[in-house]
Amino acid sequence: MDLDPDDVFRDDEDDPDNDLYLDRESTKELLVYLVDASPKMFSTTSLAGDQKDETHFHIALSSISQSLKTRIINSSYDEVAICFFNTREKKNLLDINGVFIFDVAEREFLDRPTARLIKEFDCVEERFVKEIGSQYGIVSGTRENSLYNALWVAQALLRKGSAKMADKRILLFTNEDDPFENIKGATKIDMTRTTLQRAKDAQDLGISIEILPLSWPDEKFNVSLFYADLIGLEGHPQFLVSTVEKLEDMKDQLRKRIFKKRIVKKITFSIANGLSIELNSYALIRPTLPGAITWLDSVSNRPLKTERSFICSDTGALLQEPPKRYQSYKNENITFSAEELSEIKRVTTGNLHLLGFKPLSCLKDHHNLRPSTFVFPSDEEVIGSTSIFIALHRSMLRLKRFALAFFGSSSRPQLVALIAQDEIISHGGQIEPPGMHMIYLPYSEDIRHVEEVYSYSNGATPKATDDQIMKAAALMNRIDLKDFSVFQFSNPALQRHYAVLQALALEELDIPETNDETLPDEEGMSRPAVVSALEEFKLSVYGDNDDVESELVDNGKASETSKKRKAVAENAVKECANFDWDDLADSGKLKDLTVVELKFYLTAHKLPVGGKKEALISRILTHMGK
Amino acid sequence: MHKVLPELEKVCSMLVEKKLVYHKSDQVGIILFGTEDTKNELTREVGGYEHVVVLQDTKVVDGDLVEALQQLPRGTFNGDFLDAIIVGMDILIKKFGETDKKKKRLCLITNALSPVKDPFEGTKEGQVITIAEQLVRHGMGMESIVVRERLNGSATKRIMDENDHLLNIFAKKTSAKLVYVESPTSLLGALRTRNISPVTIFRGDLELSSKMKIKVWVYKKTSEEKFPTLKKYSDKAPPTDKFATHEVKVDYEYKSVEDPGRVVPPEERIKGYRYGPQVVPIAPSEWDAVKFKPEKGIKLLGFTNASNILRHYYMKDANVFIADPGNTRAILAVSALARAMKAENKVAIVRCVWRHGQGNVIVGVLTPNVSDKDNIPDSFNFNVLPFVEDVREFQFPSFNNFPASWQPNEQQQEAADDLVKLLDLAPSGKEEVLQPEFTPNPVLQRFYHHLDLKSKHPDAAIPPLDETLKRITEPDPELFSLNKSAIDAFRRSFELKDNPKLKKSTRRILREKTSGSNMGEGYADISVQSLNSIENTSAVKIEKIGDLTPVQDFETLMSRRDGPEWIGKAIKDMKNKIFDLVEDSYEGDNYPKALECLVALRKGCILEQEPKQFNDFLRHLCKFCREKNLNSFCEFLTSKELALISKTEAIDSEVCDDEARSFLVKPDTKVE
Repeated sequence: MDLDPDDVFRDDEDDPDNDLYLDRESTKELLVYLVDASPKMFSTTSLAGDQKDETHFHIALSSISQSLKTRIINSSYDEVAICFFNTREKKNLLDINGVFIFDVAEREFLDRPTARLIKEFDCVEERFVKEIGSQYGIVSGTRENSLYNALWVAQALLRKGSAKMADKRILLFTNEDDPFENIKGATKIDMTRTTLQRAKDAQDLGISIEILPLSWPDEKFNVSLFYADLIGLEGHPQFLVSTVEKLEDMKDQLRKRIFKKRIVKKITFSIANGLSIELNSYALIRPTLPGAITWLDSVSNRPLKTERSFICSDTGALLQEPPKRYQSYKNENITFSAEELSEIKRVTTGNLHLLGFKPLSCLKDHHNLRPSTFVFPSDEEVIGSTSIFIALHRSMLRLKRFALAFFGSSSRPQLVALIAQDEIISHGGQIEPPGMHMIYLPYSEDIRHVEEVYSYSNGATPKATDDQIMKAAALMNRIDLKDFSVFQFSNPALQRHYAVLQALALEELDIPETNDETLPDEEGMSRPAVVSALEEFKLSVYGDNDDVESELVDNGKASETSKKRKAVAENAVKECANFDWDDLADSGKLKDLTVVELKFYLTAHKLPVGGKKEALISRILTHMGK
Repeated sequence: MHKVLPELEKVCSMLVEKKLVYHKSDQVGIILFGTEDTKNELTREVGGYEHVVVLQDTKVVDGDLVEALQQLPRGTFNGDFLDAIIVGMDILIKKFGETDKKKKRLCLITNALSPVKDPFEGTKEGQVITIAEQLVRHGMGMESIVVRERLNGSATKRIMDENDHLLNIFAKKTSAKLVYVESPTSLLGALRTRNISPVTIFRGDLELSSKMKIKVWVYKKTSEEKFPTLKKYSDKAPPTDKFATHEVKVDYEYKSVEDPGRVVPPEERIKGYRYGPQVVPIAPSEWDAVKFKPEKGIKLLGFTNASNILRHYYMKDANVFIADPGNTRAILAVSALARAMKAENKVAIVRCVWRHGQGNVIVGVLTPNVSDKDNIPDSFNFNVLPFVEDVREFQFPSFNNFPASWQPNEQQQEAADDLVKLLDLAPSGKEEVLQPEFTPNPVLQRFYHHLDLKSKHPDAAIPPLDETLKRITEPDPELFSLNKSAIDAFRRSFELKDNPKLKKSTRRILREKTSGSNMGEGYADISVQSLNSIENTSAVKIEKIGDLTPVQDFETLMSRRDGPEWIGKAIKDMKNKIFDLVEDSYEGDNYPKALECLVALRKGCILEQEPKQFNDFLRHLCKFCREKNLNSFCEFLTSKELALISKTEAIDSEVCDDEARSFLVKPDTKVE
């Protein structure tokens, strides 16, 4: 248990008990990345013109590397193995040809991702030819079948752990849509049959096999040649191998496919008079926080166990978890039992109840409390749910309305807005899935009316003139982020956090610099056109007077304090000059000065002036670099 | 007004109830107007002010106030709200004077349908202006809630318009808030029952560039009012102890895993950060030296089309950016930008570090909040946007790729359109129903009500959810019955049926498995291969005998043909299950179920030619029951005529018919 949350990353209002943030998936994933390493994966010849010299092999490795990095942060209990097939060398549990499991020290073949694994995997490509080697494993004339072998090895790796507690998956990266193309006749039929049987055996053991096809823009990966049978594609209409136009897009798609979506909750959405459909909810957007901290013994670095005990303040007796809570009210302690409290919160059954529809304009920007939840229909239990959902979805999109519903969750029952989101596809990839987003709405108690506090009792407040608005608009068009997307920035604090951890975990001395992508584009801002637009806007709202501070002088309280502060600072600078600080510090005579005198130095150098005398002295010494 | 008085009683008493929890020293007074009686100081001093009753002089909140508010007398006269305001103002001035810096607020709740008396001199308008000036001079806030349902008759229209005009003057001249509510539900939400003085989370520059800065103050715009945190209660103190605090102290101890007896003192502890399976120890000083330290400030990254920021990206509660209230030029700059953003449909992307020493940055979006009131300045709404790490890019099937049978046809689509159009919560010309600004939290309302009930009777039951509050949690029966035909048409257009492939039992399991985060091991008994029908339509496979439908599970297992081991496993599991059932039985409540299982096991063993398995088990079970004083179960079995498997039933059995039948009849006296 984490008793001392790293406050740095949390805002004061974050509630660690909030169940939305705790949608930790109950099962872990056991995953084998199965990468085709045949010479075909290394070919760059069929590149369509402007592309960089990238091989499919490289694309596969970089998506795996990226997914490992995400995994170690987000779901570090997952266990992964990386396995190449069509290799020259072999390294696997069954000692069969053409299959090579990549691994690092202090780690089993299938194990949790470690810092070392990620680091060494990043350079595997350079060492690949020398240490592992690429070689076709399916050659006519031999009975070797590297694909069969690879599936067998992967299945053997996934023997660990029960199918109930873990999701077992094999992710197959290949660009060969017809692996037995060169084999003829009965041998081909036989090899196809045995390979399919091997895949089926694995699936019967609860292992899902997914294929991540790689292809060039001008040639499509034809799933129906072989792999459709292997992964059992019938009845999966959504599996489309879209032809990608750019390699970048393919990377995007790979990344999305590597992560399996997990249902947070199944929801019954009651529409009217007993008509209810079935929805699955997914957490598409949730803040990623650095992992919880663990207390260690500073001598042995072994983890410590936390024990919590309840002590009665009156008698000092040790208690079990107290069953009752109290609120003091009218000088009395009013006690509530846990059952009573949960009964109070149960204002409706745990379903989602439709209340009606409103135009989208009724949903204001401040009607938001927490990250939204995505809902998608399911026909698993109630057939017909999807059809109703699609019909409502289309109507809401067309009529520009959202649905208002009451969501009776046990922690905080509240009103939600369901906004229909149309599918957005760009470059063959899905940017926004179709479905509805559930926005958690505030109650009247949760909304503050700050603007009104500063309303002007003596008439109108200044409002911008048309000219000022025009200048602002011109400025806006100059600093326009055309293709802005929220997927653009990574969290610099998080990046830094993990860069530090990775370096320390690997006992490296240098901590790599991390790049803060959230800083404004200084270069772009200093383009002459932008600068002049800024100047014009400034001139139009601020006037000629360049000194922004000067305004404060003629308005009430704020200026008085700032004037006073300024006077104090000026005085301090003057007084400060009367001492030879270097000499005082060197001779250790700072302690002979009074606090007031010490503060002259601090104020003059804009340092904090709080604390005891020793603190002030040490602050001065630190500032002087002594 | 009488119609809404019950709601008024609720919301006003809740205001006091909340003060009793959060602001115990606040003072509240109650003035009624339009009453039969007249009781106020001004009447005595200067005359007039009839039908205004000071029900309760301002005093520190207590239970009597709550009680008084819960039973407001119904008046019989027309109420003059101006008289009431003056009486209220007079009380506040007399009691607290001009020097008292306490926050003073008048809250007027009226339907403003009764005429205001003409003043002795001057106009009504003039009088209102004078009062407003007095309010401002004494630093009193005012808040008016006008409860008004649909219009009735034109006679009142004139009075109403005049009153509205007068109230509007208040709103303009003072920082008074004036709201109109139509439904009782919104009346409950209209009164601010807990006032939180706003605190800035940031004051400083909004940097458009290094050269152009705007002074802004940032406040929370929304912030969840939490369910009160209740303290843990200890009942250990003797009931005679009058001074018992009943508090519970929570103590944390850190112990080493190897030596649980040793408590590790704070100075010997170090924080470890997880990175995969490794835990990396880092001392705070070391961490400080390397961690991310952004500079305080708000920087503009640029503007972009509003359509680039989808509504569901908003991550947290919202903030508001207002220009430094004393800085006219800042107000102008914010106003210009906000208005330009609104006109061009743009938003601004900003990077914020609110505090010095904050360890992270926030990227958010500013949207314009152009004020439609003269005396309220323009401002920006601010919402937090996600980082790449916060977005999980799951792919979902496109609706177009679903089979044709799932696609709504034209007639179905029309029915859906009608439903969306007709179940309208924001009809034109009427109040928007359930606007967040006027919708109270039903849970809090219920809690404070219950708290107050409990203070009178400690065993008071939890009150049912108020009818007015049910308008929030449940669909409005009126709206739904009004549009019954559209709803019926919608229902007729679509066919819903349960998936026959799923058994009832699994369905329940599914629900429990996914809805609770703390699912017990027991619920995982039935393994469901995939929870997602779209991903995987394979049938559900039973691998174990679960608690809910052991008989069916057993039969499924017995008939499984994908391996010879299943029959052995099924029989073994079933035996264990029966043992568990008998053992856990309380006064025989599990016996019928155990019998069902036994019967199923018996049948299975006959079918599979395993009579010995069953017979040995039954003997063992009976012996066990007698040893454990569970004779009642054996008697139960005898009464249900459960017998061993005889030779005639299964050729492998070594038990003859007679022995089989009489097995249970004679109790094994030796053991007893």
